[in-house]
Amino acid sequence: MPIKTVKEAINDALVQSFENDKNVILMGEDIAGGKGREQYQGTQDAWGGPFGVTQGLFTKFGGERVRDTTIAEAGFFGAAVGAAMTGLRPIVELMYVDFAGVCFDQMMNQAAKVRYMFGGKQKVPMVVRTVVGAGFRAGSEHSQTLYSLYTHIPGLKVVAPYDAYDAKGLLLSSIQDDDPVIFMEHKRLYMTSCEVPDDLKPIPLGKGKIRKNGSDVTIIAIQRMNLFAEEAAKELENNNISCEIIDPRSYSPLDEDLIYTSVKKTGRVIIVDESNPKCSLASEISSLISENCFSDLKSGVIKITAPHTPVPFSPPMEDFYIPSSKKIGDAAKELLNA
Amino acid sequence: MLDKDKLDWIYNKLFTIRFFEERIKKIAKEKSVPGYLHTCIGSEAICVGVMAALNKDDWISSTYRNHGHAIAKDCNLNQITSEIYGRSTGICKGRGGSMHISDFDRGMLGSFGIVAAGPPVVLGAALQEKINNGSKNSVSFFGDGAIHNGAFHEAAGLAKLWNIPMLFVCENNGYAEATATDWHLNTKELSDISKAYDMVAYRGNGNDVFEVFNLTNKALEESRNKQTPIFLEFKNYRFSGQYEGDTQLYQPQEEIENAKKNDPIKLAIDNAKNHNLTKDDIETYKKNALDAVNSAFDFADTQPWPKGEDALQEVYVNYPKEVN
Ligand SMILES: Cc1ncc(C[n+]2csc(CCOP(=O)(O)OP(=O)(O)O)c2C)c(N)n1
Ligand SMILES: [Mg+2]
Repeated sequence: MPIKTVKEAINDALVQSFENDKNVILMGEDIAGGKGREQYQGTQDAWGGPFGVTQGLFTKFGGERVRDTTIAEAGFFGAAVGAAMTGLRPIVELMYVDFAGVCFDQMMNQAAKVRYMFGGKQKVPMVVRTVVGAGFRAGSEHSQTLYSLYTHIPGLKVVAPYDAYDAKGLLLSSIQDDDPVIFMEHKRLYMTSCEVPDDLKPIPLGKGKIRKNGSDVTIIAIQRMNLFAEEAAKELENNNISCEIIDPRSYSPLDEDLIYTSVKKTGRVIIVDESNPKCSLASEISSLISENCFSDLKSGVIKITAPHTPVPFSPPMEDFYIPSSKKIGDAAKELLNA
Repeated sequence: MLDKDKLDWIYNKLFTIRFFEERIKKIAKEKSVPGYLHTCIGSEAICVGVMAALNKDDWISSTYRNHGHAIAKDCNLNQITSEIYGRSTGICKGRGGSMHISDFDRGMLGSFGIVAAGPPVVLGAALQEKINNGSKNSVSFFGDGAIHNGAFHEAAGLAKLWNIPMLFVCENNGYAEATATDWHLNTKELSDISKAYDMVAYRGNGNDVFEVFNLTNKALEESRNKQTPIFLEFKNYRFSGQYEGDTQLYQPQEEIENAKKNDPIKLAIDNAKNHNLTKDDIETYKKNALDAVNSAFDFADTQPWPKGEDALQEVYVNYPKEVN
């Protein structure tokens, strides 16, 4: 089976979707790269976005469908809403999720609400691909995750894949989905790889995944935090602690059943989220568990999150900010008095 | 004729910025510093020319491409470098990094990483000056790419409507990331967009520090006298990539070579004799600038790292419970 990086898997899913449906288009900044001017043809497609994820699409599918935009996010996000309502399946790129602020209205008030507010006649089949995450020494305005900002809004779906397999399968379904989907790609995961079959079927949105079976404690890990959960689980085997790792993959809709089944089995829960803690995915999942599994819990739910601060630049502070496998391990040991 | 002190300052700053950025390029290659680095080689004349026309405590905003602005705004070079290295003695205590070098004590409202975030903030500072009968000038620096963003347009519209004296300084360096300026321009000249707001605009050669200086002086005076915003477009060339590590494949070699003929540092050296400066003067400026840059990097390299928990400081002015 071919080994693919997350970046390649996303590119594959985009190419496949472009080939299968002529209504799929892509809009974003520097996704064409290069001059774009006729006299400089040879230098086009130099970038494919700052992480090179869309490289090759401009050459393959042309500027009509792969549209290089100005730095006008409110404009082209709104255009995606209208294009989606009238028959296209636009994918728009928000270069870093931190730029959400400049175009949030089109997602929060238009994309999310037209179907409901205008009597259920419309649909908005668009995808926002965006880059999230700390650990890149990219400072306060290029490192946030903001998962819960979108998850909070009825009408939007939110997906955050961890590995290349899920990235491809979930992006395929996000593009086919008839609702607006926020597809969050973690910048520290782009170059990680795993086996991805060429004929991978779309993975349904709202289905979580058990990354590791275990019996003592359930670790619910959000996107990159799966890495630390896996490291911690391995380490904890030495303490005879058996961890079950759940990757929800999709946050709206959320696979509550998968979570509750695991919690009922282990009775102990650690939720790991690299976002700020207030009104976060971690606090949401924690509250759902206490509402639905209270009598199964052997102790209170533990949340391991970033602190309530912006993401700092300097490495020691950023490392302190991001949850770690050590914090997960310590929490598990405390839970089990090990 | 400019007095000698001013000339000394201008030349010193030009060389300091160039040497500083060359050193940044070097350490970027060695990967010895964390994070994104955006250098401003080719922008020296704009940074220095505008700042030469400003008072020490005038307000400015900058962007992620801010090293030149910060140096020209007389921020402490050691502290700037220490910040880029992520050390606790950095100008933002290591919390900002290269993209956010900023010192409020030097009139810097901020170096913002979000394109076009600066103009509305500077509008606010200028509004404050107007309401309080203050005397500080207000200048927002942004790039050619930023003029497509709504935040710029909304600030421009309000500034004109409210008769706010401020300068919108657009550095047209030919590129927004990997996209050439002219590919995305709807108007013949970039500054033509100011017509939508009936705002006066001037265009100047951004490679000529003296032209930048004179035009900025003129604009500041007119802006104050007429109580109106003014748009300044300075054309130059972005010799570096968008960030260090950018392959620059989209920048044709021929274009780079052509632009070198108008390198702002070269132009300033060519101009020196018109200001009665000798070769020795130039060598002295260079030496002083290089010494300052070298000692700043030596300083930064020995500075202490912040502690992890320092991340919790100064999120709020006042907050009842410790932030954690
Ligand atoms: C709102 C927003 N969108 C996109 C970006 C990503 N981005 C960073 S710099 C840049 C290009 C800006 O070009 P320009 O304004 O010409 O400034 P220059 O880098 O040339 O100084 C882009 C698109 C951003 N920082 N903010
Ligand atoms: Mg530019």
